[in-house]
Amino acid sequence: MMYLQILVTIFIVFILLKLFLQKQKNKISLLSFLVWFMLWLAVLIVFWLPDMTSYLAAWLGIGRGADLVVYISILVIFYMIFKIFVRLNKIEEGITKVVRDDAIKNVKEE
Amino acid sequence: MTSETEKIISNGVNIFVVIPAYNEEKRIRQVLDDLSLLPYKVVVVDDASNDRTAEIVAQYSKVSLLRHKINRDQGAALQTGNQYALAKGADIIVHFDGDGQFLSQEIKDVLAPIVDDDYDIVFGSRFLSKQSDIPSFKKNIIFPLARLVNRIFLGIKTSDPQSGFRAMTRETALRIQIEQDGKAHCSEIMAKAFEYKLRIKEVPITVIYHEFGQGMGHGFKILKDILFSKISK
Repeated sequence: MMYLQILVTIFIVFILLKLFLQKQKNKISLLSFLVWFMLWLAVLIVFWLPDMTSYLAAWLGIGRGADLVVYISILVIFYMIFKIFVRLNKIEEGITKVVRDDAIKNVKEE
Repeated sequence: MTSETEKIISNGVNIFVVIPAYNEEKRIRQVLDDLSLLPYKVVVVDDASNDRTAEIVAQYSKVSLLRHKINRDQGAALQTGNQYALAKGADIIVHFDGDGQFLSQEIKDVLAPIVDDDYDIVFGSRFLSKQSDIPSFKKNIIFPLARLVNRIFLGIKTSDPQSGFRAMTRETALRIQIEQDGKAHCSEIMAKAFEYKLRIKEVPITVIYHEFGQGMGHGFKILKDILFSKISK
């Protein structure tokens, strides 16, 4: 377990570093910075104190800590898919608008 | 068409026929030839066809040709045509097909309720009296299902669930923005017409079926688009 913990820690520190850099270059909003920061911090805590999930799970009425992690992961993934879907729709709308404006501007009339 | 309808058309009412076209090189010529005999302004929106559609349309000097650089599908093409026609001062906009499945001499029938009776939007229907040779699988299974979906999810109560032949006033075209780029625009336009409590009329039209067309797969895609639009908005 020790080796895995160290490996995961290095990995997460690396991600957090990138996150800080992105925030500094203003590439992400404060909100998404905070959300990602908390998320990765939570992952780090869970890897160092795996028992914590069991306490949390028991408190929430879920049998095992590992189950709780899986449930939360699935929720987060679904939420992210939804966000991507909405985003994609917006991009599609944007493309249609650009294509439309171009077509109207370059119309061939009599 | 009543004489009154004829009079209003000859009195300078701007009527635009918008035709979305995607790979219609085989049929669009006939459609444009037929329309050239009638007193309407014709707008073709070429939806980035891979064939010679745009080239053929360009030969008709009186037809306005708009070209999508990327294929955005039928609903998007219709909205492009609508916006162009509105900018050109259209009083009435007719949506027509580029593959010859509708009859140009029936445009006047779709216009009549607007011109004579002040309706806001008119849908052509395959199911009112006139005999279209509808394939039986479509008639007995797909359309009843589509009508059911329309009624449950969108509150649409028309006899033809997917009519692509329609006419609308300028005010209606300004209000109904087509946001469904795909084939779900039919249901979208009907749903908005009911939602905005417009004066809606259905008139019988003839539909000529070619060997291809929208099969069951298309139906599911429309259903998916409608449901997704309900979630994401």
